[in-house]
Amino acid sequence: MSRAAAVTGVVLALAVPALVHSDFWVGFCITVLLSTLMASAWNVLGGFGGQFSFGHAAFFGTGAYTAAVLHVALGVNAWLAFAAAGIAAGAVGVVIGYLSFRYGLRGSYFALVTLAFAEVLRIAVGSVDFAGGGVGLYLPLQVGIANMQFASKAGYYYVALALGAGAIAVAWRLERSRLGAWLVAIRENEDAARALGVDTLRCKLQAITISGAMTGLGGAFYANYYLYLDPGLAFGPGVSVEVLLAPIVGGIGTIWGPFIGAAALQLAGEMARRILGDAPGLSLVFYGALLVLTVKFLPDGLIGLGRRMLQPRAAHA
Amino acid sequence: MLDPIILIPAAINGLTMGAVYALVALGLTLIYGVLHIINFAHGSLLMVALYAAFFLYRLLGIDPYLAIVVLVPVFFAAGYALQRSVIGTSGQGRDQNVLLITLGVSIVLENAALYFFSADTKTIDTSYSLEVVDLGVALVPLPRLIGFVAALVLAAVLWALIARTDLGRAIRAVAKEPHGATHVGVDVNHVFAMSFGIGTACLGAAACLLLPMFYVSPHVGNVFVLIAFTVVVLGGMGSFVGALIGGLLIGLTESLGGLLFGEAAGQLGIFLIFIAVLLFRPTGLFGSRLA
Repeated sequence: MSRAAAVTGVVLALAVPALVHSDFWVGFCITVLLSTLMASAWNVLGGFGGQFSFGHAAFFGTGAYTAAVLHVALGVNAWLAFAAAGIAAGAVGVVIGYLSFRYGLRGSYFALVTLAFAEVLRIAVGSVDFAGGGVGLYLPLQVGIANMQFASKAGYYYVALALGAGAIAVAWRLERSRLGAWLVAIRENEDAARALGVDTLRCKLQAITISGAMTGLGGAFYANYYLYLDPGLAFGPGVSVEVLLAPIVGGIGTIWGPFIGAAALQLAGEMARRILGDAPGLSLVFYGALLVLTVKFLPDGLIGLGRRMLQPRAAHA
Repeated sequence: MLDPIILIPAAINGLTMGAVYALVALGLTLIYGVLHIINFAHGSLLMVALYAAFFLYRLLGIDPYLAIVVLVPVFFAAGYALQRSVIGTSGQGRDQNVLLITLGVSIVLENAALYFFSADTKTIDTSYSLEVVDLGVALVPLPRLIGFVAALVLAAVLWALIARTDLGRAIRAVAKEPHGATHVGVDVNHVFAMSFGIGTACLGAAACLLLPMFYVSPHVGNVFVLIAFTVVVLGGMGSFVGALIGGLLIGLTESLGGLLFGEAAGQLGIFLIFIAVLLFRPTGLFGSRLA
C-alpha cells in the first residue's frame, strides 16, 4: 500500500511537465520544490536540532553569489559552480556555527546572532565591486545544459525536483541516524544530552553545516533560475523569514513538514493574489498571520493537525 | 589625521542619532528585562507609531511634539492589549515561540503598511525642521537637539518609574521572581502587560521625536530594530543606563566609522559590535539591573 503510494508519487512527480501544460503551474511547482529544499535545510538545524536560525539568508546569499560569480566572472562550469556554492555555504555554516556554539549561544540569542551575521554579509557583499555592489548582478542568458540554463521550464523543474527530493531524503536519512537522535536529544534538553555524553558542539556544527550547504544549493539554483541577484534579495531578512515559515507551518522536526508547509504557503499566497489582486505585501500579511496562528494553535504544524484528525479513526479500526 | 572641524560635528551628529537609538532601545530593554522575551515587533510598532504621528500632522495638523500626549497613552493601551491577547498566551515555555510570534506580528504590520500606504517614504515639513542651533563647535539641527534631551528625560522618567513607584516595585519583583511575586499577591500577567505597554508607549514618544528629523516608510522599522537590539545587548539587557550609553556609543560608531572608512563600514561596525558582545560579553557593559 505505502509502496504503491510511493511509486505513484514518484511517477506523478516525474510526469508533472508532461501533464501540466501551463508554464505558470510548472513554475509554481518549481517554487514549491525550491522552498521545500530550503525549508528542509532549516529544519535540519531548527527542527531536529532545536537551534532556530533567523539568518539562513547568509547561506542562501553565499550560495547564490558563489555560483554566480564563479560562473559569470571566472567562467567556471555552471554545475561545478553549483557544487562549489554548496561547499562555500557549508563553510559559512561552520564559521557561524563554531563562533555561536563555541560561546554557548542558545535560543533567542542564537537567532539574533545568525540574523546579525546575515546582515554583515549583506552589507559586505553590497560594498565589493566584483559582486555587482548594491546595483546587483545579472547572469547572462546562455541557454544550454552545461550552463544550467534550460529553454523550457521542464528542465528547471527536474533540477528542482532532484533538489527537493534530495532534501527529503536527507531528512529521512537523518531521522534514522545517530546524528538525528543526538540532535533531537539536544533539542529536548541540551544539558541532559551533554551529561549523557553527546558531543553537543560537534552535533550542532554538523547540523549547521548540512543545513548551510543545502540552503546554499538553493541559492545557487535561484541564481540560475532568475538570473538576477542583489544583496538585499540574497542576504536580506526576507529570505531568512521565508525559509523558516514553511517548516513551522508544515510541521517542525518532521520529514514531510517542510514540503507540506511550502506547498500550503505557496497555495495560500496564490489564492490571496487571485482573490484580492496582486498588491505588494498582501501575501506576506497572510504568511505573518499564519505564522502567529500556527505557533499559537498548531505547535506541531499541519502534519500534527493531520495526525490528530486521523488518530481517532485509527483507534476504531 | 582628521581635522577636528570635521571630527567634532561628526561626533555630535553621531551622539544625537545615538540618542534616537537609545529612545527606541529603552522600551525594548524594559520588555526584555521584565518578560525576558526578545520583541521582534518593536521596529514595526515604531513604524506604526511614525505613521500615526505622520497622519496626525498631515490630516489634523497636530504638531509631532504635541502628538506625544496622544500617542503615548494610545500605544500604551495597544501594547498592553497585544501582550494580553497575542504574545503572552503563546509562549508555551519556549522563548523561540515568542520570538516567532513577535516576528509574525511584525511581518503582518509591515506588509499591511505596505499594502495601505505604499512603499513611498514620507516626510513632514515643520517650521523648525531645518532650524539649526549653534553650539559653538558645531551646528546641530534643532529636532536632533530636542531628541537628545528627550532621550535623557525619558530614561530618567523610566528609571524613576521603576525605582520609585509601587508599580515599579511590582515590575522589579516580577522580573526577578515571577512565582514568588504571585505568592505575595502580584498579578503577574497584569505586570507583564503593563511592562509591555510601557515599552510600547516609549515607542509612541520616540516616534513623535523622530518624525521631524527622519522619514517614515513601511520598512523603516528594519532600520531600527537590529540597531535597537545591538544597543540593548551592548548596554546590558534590562538596563536603562546601559541602553542610554549603548545608544550613544552605537551612534558614535556609526558616524565616526562612516566618516573614516565609508558609510558601509559604519553599519558593518554596528553589527560586528553586536556579534562580538553576544559572543564574548553577553551580559553587556552594565549587566541586567532589573533581573
